[in-house]
Amino acid sequence: MTSMSRTTEPRAARGAPRSAGEVAVAKRRRPSLWIYVFLAPTVVLFGMYTVWPSISSLVYSTLEWRGLGLERSFTGLENYRRLLADPLFWKSLWITLLIIVVTVPLRVTAGLLLALVLNNPRLPLAGLLRTAFFVPVVATTAIVGFVMGFVLDPSAGPINEALSILGVGPVDFLGSSRTSLWAVMGVHVWKWLGVTLIYWLAALQTVPRELLEAAETDGAGPAARLRHVTLPLLRPFAVIIVVLTVIETMQIFDLVVTMTGGGPFFSTLATEVYIYDTAFGAARPDLGYASAIGVAFGVLTVLLMVVLTLVMRLARRRQEER
Amino acid sequence: MTTTQAQEPSRDLHARREPGRTRRRPVSDPRARGRGRRRIGRWAQTLVVGALGLLWIYPLLWVLAASFKDSLDIFSGGLGLLPDSWHPENYLRAWRDANFSGYMMNTVLITAGSIVLVVVRCAMAGYVIARFRFLGRRVVLAVLVATMFIPTGLFVVPVVELSDLLGLLNTRTGLVLAIAGGGNVAAVLLYVGFFSRVPKELEEAAVMDGAGFLRVFFRVMLPLSGPVTATVVVLTFLSSWNNFFLPLVFTFSTPQNRTLAVGMMAFQGTNSTDWAGLAAAASISLVPIVLLFLLLQRYFVEGIAGAVKN
Repeated sequence: MTSMSRTTEPRAARGAPRSAGEVAVAKRRRPSLWIYVFLAPTVVLFGMYTVWPSISSLVYSTLEWRGLGLERSFTGLENYRRLLADPLFWKSLWITLLIIVVTVPLRVTAGLLLALVLNNPRLPLAGLLRTAFFVPVVATTAIVGFVMGFVLDPSAGPINEALSILGVGPVDFLGSSRTSLWAVMGVHVWKWLGVTLIYWLAALQTVPRELLEAAETDGAGPAARLRHVTLPLLRPFAVIIVVLTVIETMQIFDLVVTMTGGGPFFSTLATEVYIYDTAFGAARPDLGYASAIGVAFGVLTVLLMVVLTLVMRLARRRQEER
Repeated sequence: MTTTQAQEPSRDLHARREPGRTRRRPVSDPRARGRGRRRIGRWAQTLVVGALGLLWIYPLLWVLAASFKDSLDIFSGGLGLLPDSWHPENYLRAWRDANFSGYMMNTVLITAGSIVLVVVRCAMAGYVIARFRFLGRRVVLAVLVATMFIPTGLFVVPVVELSDLLGLLNTRTGLVLAIAGGGNVAAVLLYVGFFSRVPKELEEAAVMDGAGFLRVFFRVMLPLSGPVTATVVVLTFLSSWNNFFLPLVFTFSTPQNRTLAVGMMAFQGTNSTDWAGLAAAASISLVPIVLLFLLLQRYFVEGIAGAVKN
């Protein structure tokens, strides 16, 4: 986004061009057909698959519409009235929020701790260890969901085997509404911790080594170096990393659908799963109502992102003032 | 492997690992002793983190091991990884009978198509947005940024309806368009950022040599954008290979078009007791992408780290 201001402006408009090269470039810089040809694929496809859907969802949310190809009728704000009184909708928002509030701090702090250990270039096997934590990130989420169904299985899964050695269990992690959401969150953290780790490692790369060495010569121990050199320099990154982590957490759909399908007793019904169930999963699809949930969820998501971006800006400005 | 090496922090091993420091100081030198202690400290850290790392990949190893067992062995095998007897026929069952060969083909085609479409359209759009002033430039940028955070749940009904109207629902082409056509704002912005930093002298030189718009883009700009393209390819690869929501709703009535992830769901729905077959199917889906990651690790890590740096 910083690039916006950097764009080269047509030279010819500002005064006499200085070289033959600039004349040629300036000539070419005039709006040419090619510009729009290059823009066309994105404008057309993005218009079809992102802009139009966002707008038409607004329209659909005012319809009574029971399936593709079936008749639709205008019902005004009826779907929204229903939404406000729908305990499942509120529950799904609460679940989504809870997942963010629990998993984001976990990932951010655990990722930072791991990154601090793994960032040491003299640590033996650091590269191999980093790989181990990153492998779950590339593993297809939906497949991971099924795999974890086995791993958490109460009768034969390895986790319950391990628990029984300790004399606990068996625990039906996914079958009980008391544990299912926590199991999903645990798997979510397991799956995505590697990304946060990489974020922190990238942030740590920006801490100048000379600064740390200078602090060491001045007699600062590892703890003092961490507290007075590394952590202050990481602070601006912390906000960015939290925001990125929150964005990723909104996409919990794959894991929930494949691990629990939103159950048992709606205990893991994140909002996107509820939208899917209403639009496609139910015996009687309700596309109008699904669109209303989608619009409400979209608005809340964008609001959350705006707030987070403002926080990010504020943090950055404060950093610059120092 | 971490454990065995960590148990014996032999001096020779270290001497070899740090060639610049092979000349050993007399043992009485306190600095040398301090360094030795720190080395042991580092190995202790490796041991702890390594144990955690093993625990981290254990679930995946367990499933890989289960794919070679028979279902009974899985139920009684407990925590052990090695099968009592090897059953590679599990893979045959998943690959042929459950049609994971077809699902693999679909996933590869859809991922490849999405990558090509995203790279081409985002590089082109990013180039003109970064280097030209034209009517509507600000509007295009504003719309891109404004729609960046809209969740899939909001799109999905209209996208399905649109694809249905165009006759693209239930086709792989329609799925590629839905995955790669919308969204991917980050890819456009990555290209905008990159192309706006390319010095204009390069462009001028090419124009002096008589290169036209297309030539400048394809011969000068696009080859320069290698690192950004690598990042975009990796991010698109991950997101389309792992996509689940769209393939799920695009294949309700055409099971032959399912991707691996959706196929897994169907396989589990029909054969929920065939644990060994399911484990083999999961391994078929996971092993290629993990291997690819191990080969191209640098690009994956840089692609993801790029999100923080930018």
